[in-house]
Amino acid sequence: MSKVRVLVGTRKGAFVLTSDGKREKWEVSGPHFAGWEMYHVKGSPADPNRLYASQSSGWFGQIIQRSDDGGKTWHQPGTPPGESPAPGPPRAESNKFVYDTSDESGKPLTTHQWYDGTQHPWEFKRVWHLEPSLTDPDTVYAGVEDAALFRSTDGGQNWKELSGLRGHGTGPKWQPGAGGMCLHTIILDPGNPQRIYIAISAAGAFRTDDGGKTWKPINRGLHSQYIPDPHAEVGHCVHHVAMNPSRPGVLFMQKHWDVMRSNDAGDSWQEISGNLPTDFGFVIDVHAHEPETIYVVPIKSDSEHFVPDGKLRVYRSRTGGNEWEALTNGLPQSNCYVNVLRDAMAVDSLDKCGVYFGTSGGQVYASADAGDSWAPIVRDLPAVLSVEVQTLS
Amino acid sequence: MIRVILPQHLRTLAHAGSELTLEVEGPVTQRSVLDALEARYPMLRGTIRDHVTQQRRPFLRFFACEEDLSHEPPDAPLPDAVASGKEPLLIIGAIAGG
Repeated sequence: MSKVRVLVGTRKGAFVLTSDGKREKWEVSGPHFAGWEMYHVKGSPADPNRLYASQSSGWFGQIIQRSDDGGKTWHQPGTPPGESPAPGPPRAESNKFVYDTSDESGKPLTTHQWYDGTQHPWEFKRVWHLEPSLTDPDTVYAGVEDAALFRSTDGGQNWKELSGLRGHGTGPKWQPGAGGMCLHTIILDPGNPQRIYIAISAAGAFRTDDGGKTWKPINRGLHSQYIPDPHAEVGHCVHHVAMNPSRPGVLFMQKHWDVMRSNDAGDSWQEISGNLPTDFGFVIDVHAHEPETIYVVPIKSDSEHFVPDGKLRVYRSRTGGNEWEALTNGLPQSNCYVNVLRDAMAVDSLDKCGVYFGTSGGQVYASADAGDSWAPIVRDLPAVLSVEVQTLS
Repeated sequence: MIRVILPQHLRTLAHAGSELTLEVEGPVTQRSVLDALEARYPMLRGTIRDHVTQQRRPFLRFFACEEDLSHEPPDAPLPDAVASGKEPLLIIGAIAGG
């Protein structure tokens, strides 16, 4: 019997929601790390019991947590589960994210643009996104603020920057969005281990074809009125990018405004906003079995940043974009003023495909029929920052 | 014996009680106390001082003997009452709501 495990990060802790394949009755575990901001929790495709979590605080900084038993127990990598710390030097520095200042890369590597247009040094703030390797449970990537990509190959104990990204040379044109200058999207190509896509607010999308050594911006076709040259190579506020693993060359993007698609691994983009009520939003995701079926949640911007007209509507396109239908069955259609943040939607791989999203109001909604109908799993969590799903056999 | 009181979240991380005691070799300063604290509880590295600059994280304060010592040099001696164990060093999260 299949099972589903939903990993929810919130402003005040993490929650693990589990159900059988029917996805009707749910068990709720948590809060884990109560009181801390949990930007992201994600499981390893190679070992579903291996989970990584980003725990952070404006007071105490960044902590990385790991579970080796599917979320029942957690520990900071390097300190075995249940073991009290021993005297002596630390055995691991799992929360140490230090930008590359090696002689090979030069120092400082680069500066970035501040809100007022002046140049500003890179300052580490937090991990936004953790992306475990598709094949090795001990290898995991971290997208951080200020934007950079780190990798651990020892289960999260030690982290090293893939500095070729910041070293690309466009750093001085990167700038923070309202949420900070974050690297929030990491997509590993299942057919090509050397290819990784990432996205940064507000710089744009980038791709490596050599395992992270060198990177190129992939923003041709994007148009952003909030930068001096709307068609510039970098500076675009990409909110999220999604891919169906069966078609790794096809990407879907929710930009600050505009929903976009690329059929050539990001080399060029075409707008597919079509009949959406507003083409601003944060999340975008792709059906697990129908690679032309995509989901977004339109948000009214820039003035409000909640759903339009007090109605929570997921929009689905079954034609790869342009033609969208509102999905409302089970979702509040009056007096609803929530937001859905960029990492807060995910799909399972059951048949029918399950779709999940979390809101700033603390609800996590699930659809067990690809979006035709929805029901809340939980209604009153802290504001949801991220939602990930594991389909377990 | 130096007494240190941590904020709640750091007690949870360190699996520690409300008050810790530490042995500190040599002069008792902010730096030597934090060095001893991080040696005993390595998971606290980076949570009180920046990993690289070793500067106090901006939303944390150091109090002792009813004084704010946050802006004292890290190598300045802490009050005698802290060095003798009569009074604790308090590591405080700044009041910032939420």
